[in-house]
Amino acid sequence: MDIKDIIKPENVVFKKSSVMTDNVLHYCPGCTHGVVHRVIAEVIEEMGIQEKTIGVSPVGCSVLAYNYIDIDWQQAAHGRAPALATALNRLYPDKYIFTYQGDGDLASIGTAEIIHACNRGENILVVFINNAIYGMTGGQMAPTTLAGMPTSTSPYGRDVKLTGHPLKITEMLAQLPGTCFVTRESGETAAAVRKLKKSIQKGFENISKHKGTSFIEVVSTCNSGWKLSPVDSNRWMKENMFPVYPLGVLKDE
Amino acid sequence: MKGNEVIAEAAIRCGCDAYFGYPITPQSEVMETLMERKPWEETGMIVLQAESEVAAINMVYGGAGAGKKVMTSSSSPGISLKQEGITYIAGAELPCLVVNVVRGGPGLGTIQPAQSDYFQAVKGGGHGDYKLIVLAPNSVQEMNDFVDLGFELAFKYRNPVMILSDGIIGQMMEKVELSEYKPRLTDEEIVKRYGSWATTGKTKNRPRNVITSLELDSARQEVFNHKLIKKYQTIEENEVRYENFHTDDAEYLIVAYGSSSRISKKAVEMAREKGIKVGLLRPITLFPFPKKELAKLSKQVKGILTVEMSAGQMIEDVKLGVNCSIPVEHYGRLGGMIPSPDEIVTALEQKIIGGK
Repeated sequence: MDIKDIIKPENVVFKKSSVMTDNVLHYCPGCTHGVVHRVIAEVIEEMGIQEKTIGVSPVGCSVLAYNYIDIDWQQAAHGRAPALATALNRLYPDKYIFTYQGDGDLASIGTAEIIHACNRGENILVVFINNAIYGMTGGQMAPTTLAGMPTSTSPYGRDVKLTGHPLKITEMLAQLPGTCFVTRESGETAAAVRKLKKSIQKGFENISKHKGTSFIEVVSTCNSGWKLSPVDSNRWMKENMFPVYPLGVLKDE
Repeated sequence: MKGNEVIAEAAIRCGCDAYFGYPITPQSEVMETLMERKPWEETGMIVLQAESEVAAINMVYGGAGAGKKVMTSSSSPGISLKQEGITYIAGAELPCLVVNVVRGGPGLGTIQPAQSDYFQAVKGGGHGDYKLIVLAPNSVQEMNDFVDLGFELAFKYRNPVMILSDGIIGQMMEKVELSEYKPRLTDEEIVKRYGSWATTGKTKNRPRNVITSLELDSARQEVFNHKLIKKYQTIEENEVRYENFHTDDAEYLIVAYGSSSRISKKAVEMAREKGIKVGLLRPITLFPFPKKELAKLSKQVKGILTVEMSAGQMIEDVKLGVNCSIPVEHYGRLGGMIPSPDEIVTALEQKIIGGK
């Protein structure tokens, strides 16, 4: 008996999006990146916009996003993804341009680029992964690291008197007239993933409506950096991240 | 027209798709001219004032990655800020044009002309083993001509090209013959020409295109580095450009580029009136440097004076070019000061002919 005889098309209840490649994800088990990648790929497939979508990946764990989502990609210098996306948007106004950035990339080294791209109302989608830590370089303090949270560069916990407060950049960007849709989501439960998917779809739809910048923060886990199990990471995120970074739509125009 | 204005006009006429810039003296007229000309209404060319030089060069990176003909311009401190983007563009093997209207440094320096960015332009500037193709205009006419030539070379080799100008040529007014209009490529033409690498949207009939300079496997990175080295060798074989002035019977040689070469021409004429048989070699491409021509002339002349508005940067390439076979001395003015022809003649007499 062949595998095809067992798994018949009519019996398939779930399958990988055709916009996801077969490459093995390098992300740690429990990491939120894989969930967000899948959701983006599903939305691109369902909207039928694979040929018109260009992604811009950052420096950080998701630098290799181009290995997983089967679209054209540009890999930006650290923090500069919104500048690349600006050029792509201006030169290809009918294409779907999105950036995928982490907290170090977007809220620290790339603060100027994201603020000005949003302020110009670039017709793009920004997906912002906030796990309050630099994952790829080994768990250093990020601008979004919580007060008192230990990291490899704040081993005794983040002292806000020394290094400032967790940066609520999403709230800042919601103030700018150039943004049309600003929301904070998560991906730790099936319900949260469904909500996230709706927001990402809305972000892509806003591009075709030329409404301005759509900005989706995803409060995420980094169990390796946090040194917790995936299950404990989700619990820690709910107990500690959500009070500082409350979920919900900040702006929808 | 002013040199800077001509850069803008030449960009529109050569079918440039986008200019991304940030104001800085002495080159702000480039973007000012473009904004006044409104090329988006005429050719569809995009002009955008970015929030910083860093953002501007990364917009160039994004546009270049999508197969578009894109450029930026700045002056020395701004070009320093662009180095990160330039090395990424070189590492991702993308074509683009960067204009540097050089002013004196280091630091904020002065807003007056200088040639003190030679090392930065020719030897790297950003990190990693890469080269720019560097064109050094010495007239407003060449500011016009080198925009089109620069884009041609950039796309031929998929490599960033720099026009290394300076505050004199940028601000100087001269008569210029502007180029004929060339149409911008359509998106369909871009797919046809550059669809094998540019992010024009992944269609069913091709694998996805990825613009990146990242390689985690060192063995693969080394192979890529060798590919770049080979490309630079090809450029050295094919693209050397220079100008000779009175070198046929020369016993002494001045080597100078850009503004200094204009002044040195006058110095050559003045020296010849005094009976000194001196010629001028003007490198037009600084990378690739005219090494072969220099080596040839070094067998003929007794000594070389390099004239630069710097502390002496190109002189290192001249010394390498003649392999220490004859004396090579430097004469330069700094900080925005400009050498006069008689100063150059005196330097030639004292440093080269008189012998030290």
